This record gives sequence, structure tokens and C-alpha cells, in this order.
Amino acid sequence: MSDVLAVAEHRRGELRDVSFELLTAGRRLAEVNGGDLHVAVINGAVEEFADALNRDGVDAIHTVSQGEEFNHNIYTQVVTQLAAEIDPQYLLAGNTVNGLDYVPAVAERLGYPLVTDAVGIDDSDGLSVTRELYAGKTEGTVSVESENAVLTIRPGEWPAQDGVGDAAIEPFDPAIDDETVRSTVKGYEEVGAGDVDISDADVLVSVGRGIEEEENLELIQDLADALGATVSASRPIVDNGWLPQDRQVGQSGKSVSPDVYIAIGISGAVQHVAGMKGAETIIAINDDPSAPIYDIADYGIVDDLFDVVPALIEQFSG
Amino acid sequence: MKILVTVTEVANADDEFDIVDNTIDESSLTYDLNEWDDYAIEEAVQLSEAGEDVEVVTATVGPERVEETIRTALAKGADRAIRIWDDELATKSLLDPSQKASLLAGAVEEEAPDLVLSGVQSGDVSIGATGVSLAAQVDYEWGAVVNDLELSDGVATVHRELEGGVEEITEIELPAVLTIQTGINEPRYASLRGIRQAQQKQLDVKSPEDLDVELAASPLTLTDLVVPESESDTELFEGAPSETATELAELLREKGVGA
Repeated sequence: MSDVLAVAEHRRGELRDVSFELLTAGRRLAEVNGGDLHVAVINGAVEEFADALNRDGVDAIHTVSQGEEFNHNIYTQVVTQLAAEIDPQYLLAGNTVNGLDYVPAVAERLGYPLVTDAVGIDDSDGLSVTRELYAGKTEGTVSVESENAVLTIRPGEWPAQDGVGDAAIEPFDPAIDDETVRSTVKGYEEVGAGDVDISDADVLVSVGRGIEEEENLELIQDLADALGATVSASRPIVDNGWLPQDRQVGQSGKSVSPDVYIAIGISGAVQHVAGMKGAETIIAINDDPSAPIYDIADYGIVDDLFDVVPALIEQFSG
Repeated sequence: MKILVTVTEVANADDEFDIVDNTIDESSLTYDLNEWDDYAIEEAVQLSEAGEDVEVVTATVGPERVEETIRTALAKGADRAIRIWDDELATKSLLDPSQKASLLAGAVEEEAPDLVLSGVQSGDVSIGATGVSLAAQVDYEWGAVVNDLELSDGVATVHRELEGGVEEITEIELPAVLTIQTGINEPRYASLRGIRQAQQKQLDVKSPEDLDVELAASPLTLTDLVVPESESDTELFEGAPSETATELAELLREKGVGA
């Protein structure tokens, strides 16, 4: 009854990083109550995936072949049935776009409470889960008074599990009710394949909501020109249609790791940071000293960008 | 065709705030229409403008205060609104997506819409699960994180925005709940005419009992709320813009930028 079931995630032939982070979170949670860590891997090259997932602390891996890619109807049914068979205390998955496309449905079917986007899990004295609230300005502890729970973990918060395990790898054959498969994945599309690849740039001048108006982007382009840099952006700029999608840095855009990343008027929401934390030097220009971008910036100017940027351009002209 | 849009009001915290009894002090909060829901409303209104005989109904869980936000949705073109509340809900934990979904499920059962549009998440608590929980409760098909939507013959063809600049193209049978991502459209501003008309539009207040919803106690409780300790070790340049810009320029040149 104190077992943990973690559901791996893969896409287009590759296991996603969060799958290995789930092994770490799952092992720690199973450890507290002396339970086993079960892992489910559904669809695609399950045997190859199972070998890769067979790392330290994994007790059993359940492979399910019902197609190639993710389909939420299949995942919902398979995970619900596996949970009924294994009867885990906790079910873990990644807090990802696909995770959030099936996990709430599984929680409803099992009747277990769901806490999403966990950044910390403690089961030493009843289950409590840490997650951000109020747009990252606060961190809350959610106490879960239930025998069972479903948790999704934020990618990048737990280290990837390593080592080689001796898990039993067992195929699981679910009973899929075709009537309930009412969605069909037709394919994939790469978006924003433009002529500029921001992930190749050595220096990025990146602009966010703080720029306020589309016409102010000229200022950012002028700075980029003066520095010989490339312009990139955070999500709101692309949502507004002010810059094309291929300029977007972040979870749903591109991951970049330039030598220098200058974030201008960017608050530094977790989705943005996920795409640029690999930059060698991060410089922030933002007038809000409590903006999360300052949690990762190496250098900063807490001032009005409309004063600082023109002064900076002047330094590099003539 | 009937489209139901779930509309949430979000609480935004000021830069400076106090935490009292595990909530942010009311005086430091301002309330606004959830950004994701703004796109969901726009998508529904565009579908109603493009099609014949499409009704757009909004459903919101919240106290009387949220009527201002609901009127905004009506001013942008929704036809009528439902507000779900009774004072007992003030003591319930809306951190629990299943509870919130149960209340909305009551409205969906009553209205029987062909399509439910919901924001991917709310900007304050960012749970991101209400739409899919709702679909599971009312046995609708669903799709999460949709940034492109076309309807034809009872099927929604959607693009789901996956991580890393990849979109999944999926066909979803109606009735369905779709959670709408920002950037799917350009939300309009409410016109003065729209704002005037919104005052006349129907806004029904329903209790959970009216909707045949019985909420059990949630197993989830918020037991602590803190401001995370800043991990910042940013070296700040201080002074007038001319001074800070000079220092930054020096740093950039040292790193071989713009040299």
C-alpha cells in the first residue's frame, strides 16, 4: 500500500528528461514508507525505454504497447487500470503539457486528490506538497489528508536518477474500450522555423512585457544592432504578434544558451527561465527589484528600461 | 450551437504584501479577468460571429465581487452569464481542481453545451487541471493547451502547444472541453457599446444546490504560505542611467560584446 507508480513521458522516440526526475522523486517517496517504485512506460519503443529507465531504486517497469505516441484517452485508461492493479499509494507524473492532458482525468477516475506542479514533496508526517502560488510570488504548502494522491512534479526540480537498476520489466496488457477513444493525434508541426535561429546566437537582447508598446521594440532592435546581437523575446511579445514565434525563449519556445543574455523588461517567470538559464552571463534590466529574473541574473540594473537602454545604445554608437 | 466559457477572476499581488493566516492581505490584492480566459472568451465570441445561431454562456465560481469581471466578459460579446456561489464556498479550498470542476460540472450538466472553453490555467494559483477534471466529470472529450482551433461536423481540429516549439495536431470529437492557451487570437477590448449592453445581459446566480452539486470536504488544505527566500546574488549597477549604462558597457566590452 505504500508503493509509488511513476509514469514516464516520451515524445517522438525520445524519453523526456522529466522521466528520469520522476524516478528520483518516486524513489524518495517510496523510501519513506518502505514501498516499491513502479514505473509505467506507455507506447513507442517501450523495451528500449524500459532499459533506459531501469536505474537505481526502480523495482518494476510496466510496459504497454498501444501505439507510438501519446494519446490521452489511451494513457488515461492504461494508468487507471495499472493503478487498480498495483494499488499504489501515490501516482506521479510530469507537470508537462501532456501530463496535464491526462493526469486530471486519471485522478477523477480513481477518486484521488490531485496536486499539480509540485516543487517539493514531504511524506515524513503525512503528505505535504510545496508549490508556487500567486504567480511565483509565494510558496504554499498543501497538506493532503488522503490515503492516496496524484502528484505532478515540475520539470527540473529533482535531479535525474542515475545508476543501473535491477527492475523486473513486465508487459502490461490493458483492456482498452475503443468507444472512449474520441481523439486522434494526426501529427506534429515544428513552429516558428524562420530564417533566424536564436539558439545559435552568442549574444541575445531579449525583450518582455515591460516594453509596453509595439513601437518601442525599435529601441531593442537599435540596442541589438549596436551590440551585434540578436533580438529574442518572452512569451507576451510573441502572443501579441509583435515578434514571430521563432524569437520566443522559454518552455514553449526555444532553449538558448548564449554567452550573454540581456533580459529587458522580462519578469523571469519559470517558463521563461526554463529556456535561458543555460546562458553563461545573464544581465537583467527591470525596474522591479523583486522580479524573479533577479534570482538568476548575474548582473542587473534596477531602473526604467526607457532610461537605461538609450544610455546604453549611446555607449556603443560612434 | 452552444459554447460555455469558464471565466475566473484572478488575484494579483502587489510588489509588497503581507501574509496573514496563509493568505495575502486583502489590501495588497487586485482582481482581474484571468489572462487565459480572456483568450477563451475571444475564441468563443469569434466562433459565434462566424457561425449562425451560436450562443456563448459564461460560468464563474465566485462571490458577488466577481460580477465586475463577468460583465467584462459580457461586454466582449458573451450572451449571458452564470455565477455559482453560496457563502459556504468561502470556507472551501478552491486549490482542489476536482472541487472547482464539480461546481462547473453542475453548470455544464444544466446547459449541455457542445463545446466548453476554459483557460489553460489561472494566473494566480496555476493549477492547470480544472478543464480536464471537468471533462472527466461530465464525460466530455477534451484537449489541453490548445493554440489553434477549427470546428467542422462535430469535430474540433486543434493544435496543442507542446514544449519546445512543437505542436500536436489532434482531432477531438464534440462535445468537448478545450483549454485555451494565450496567443491563440487577439482578445478585443470591450467597446463602450459593449459595456452598456453588458449591463442588460442576463446574469444568473446559482447555488451549488440549484445545480445539484454536493461538495464533500476537500482533502487539500493550504497549511503554510511564505515568500520564498531570494536566491539572488545579482551584482547590481547603481546610480543614474548614464552611470549604470557606462558600467554595463564596460562589462559587455570585457566579454567581447560590441567591441
